[in-house]
Amino acid sequence: MVRPAPQPVPGVVRAPHVPAEKSAGKPRLETVWEWLSAIPDPEIPVITLTDLGIIRDVQWQGDTLEVTVTPTYSGCPATSIINLDIETALRGHGIEKLTLKRQLSPAWTTDWLTDAGRAKLEEYGIAPPQPAGGPQHCPHCKSTQVEKISQFGSTPCKAQWRCQSCREPFDYFKCI
Amino acid sequence: MSDPLFEYLCRLGDNTLVLGHRVSEWCGVAPVIEEDIALANTALDLIGQTQLWLGLAGEVEGKGRDADKLAYHRDVWDFRNLLLCEQPNGDFGQTMMRQFLFDSWHVMHLKGLMASSNDQIAAIAEKSVKEVTYHVERSTDTVIGLGDGTEESHSRMQNGLNKLYPFVGEMFLSDDVDTAMADAGIAPDPASHRAGYDAHLDDVLTEATLTKPEDDFAHKGGKSGTRHTEHLGHMLTQMQWLQRAYPDATW
Repeated sequence: MVRPAPQPVPGVVRAPHVPAEKSAGKPRLETVWEWLSAIPDPEIPVITLTDLGIIRDVQWQGDTLEVTVTPTYSGCPATSIINLDIETALRGHGIEKLTLKRQLSPAWTTDWLTDAGRAKLEEYGIAPPQPAGGPQHCPHCKSTQVEKISQFGSTPCKAQWRCQSCREPFDYFKCI
Repeated sequence: MSDPLFEYLCRLGDNTLVLGHRVSEWCGVAPVIEEDIALANTALDLIGQTQLWLGLAGEVEGKGRDADKLAYHRDVWDFRNLLLCEQPNGDFGQTMMRQFLFDSWHVMHLKGLMASSNDQIAAIAEKSVKEVTYHVERSTDTVIGLGDGTEESHSRMQNGLNKLYPFVGEMFLSDDVDTAMADAGIAPDPASHRAGYDAHLDDVLTEATLTKPEDDFAHKGGKSGTRHTEHLGHMLTQMQWLQRAYPDATW
């Protein structure tokens, strides 16, 4: 599959290469979460990894930072890019010892998408997931007259829908 | 027999690998773009699940083989997938019938595995079942839509069913590996899913105006590896050629 180059990671671009809070020893976990919340999803760069809810834990194990990540879909090609982006960002902030842990259970669910993430998706033109199993309304014209084209879309996490009012097709971030 | 847990994990991983590869053969040539995308996504899910199952199989075996090694460096007689998974795509109807027959079993099987005494197996099943729920929804809808469709689509679906039904019985047969798994609380006895499967099949086939073949004869030998159909070897020549020609090649 041909994929576009990953979006620049804002945290890395902006942050000067100062050893992160070196005077205090290890950076605080809140700080690490802030860095992680600046990393965009490689497939849908309008939301971040923390918006997606895939970062399950951040802990110091001695002098090693352990970040626990859960995959969205088993075969999602973005998973390895996400791990690479996390590593790149944290190393850019001066983290030298880092391990990424994969956690499968509890399995990722779209319930973990943050409210901010949902709002950003909608603004971007992707209808956020709904408990009812379909979009609330067209993300473009807000009409509720929408129909499903296919449960499968351009990435594993999206379905294809169409608005019957404005006739625009749109992506729906499907529930799992 | 080698370690039954390793054997069993190879069965799980080879089902998803072989069917995933088969389905991926449609990429770019499906009848309409939505179906092309759906097939490619289904293949992607199955290959993703393969990485988890075969990755765990390699860990359990403890001989340094990872998922890639197991997928690309075993020969046909070492594969443990159900014969159904290796059957050729045929036309689109036959592909979707194969998918429906597999998905209907797969989702029940994974739900059973979520209660496994092995935490890693339970976790992979919990993850996979979410994806497979979408697969079975689509393959069921498609079988109904095409079965109860035009004369042409109906006859193609019936032909697909007649051709593939003899491969259904293998899913529910038990052997020493299955007994060892059931005794250890790792996996449910395969026969325990038969009644639920048959009931689901009958409901869907009735709605699809299709007729289940009366003969219950079942081909077997895939999951035990004793006798695959001729098709698997041909498929592996495509799937494995790069790793065979250039062992351990990387991007």
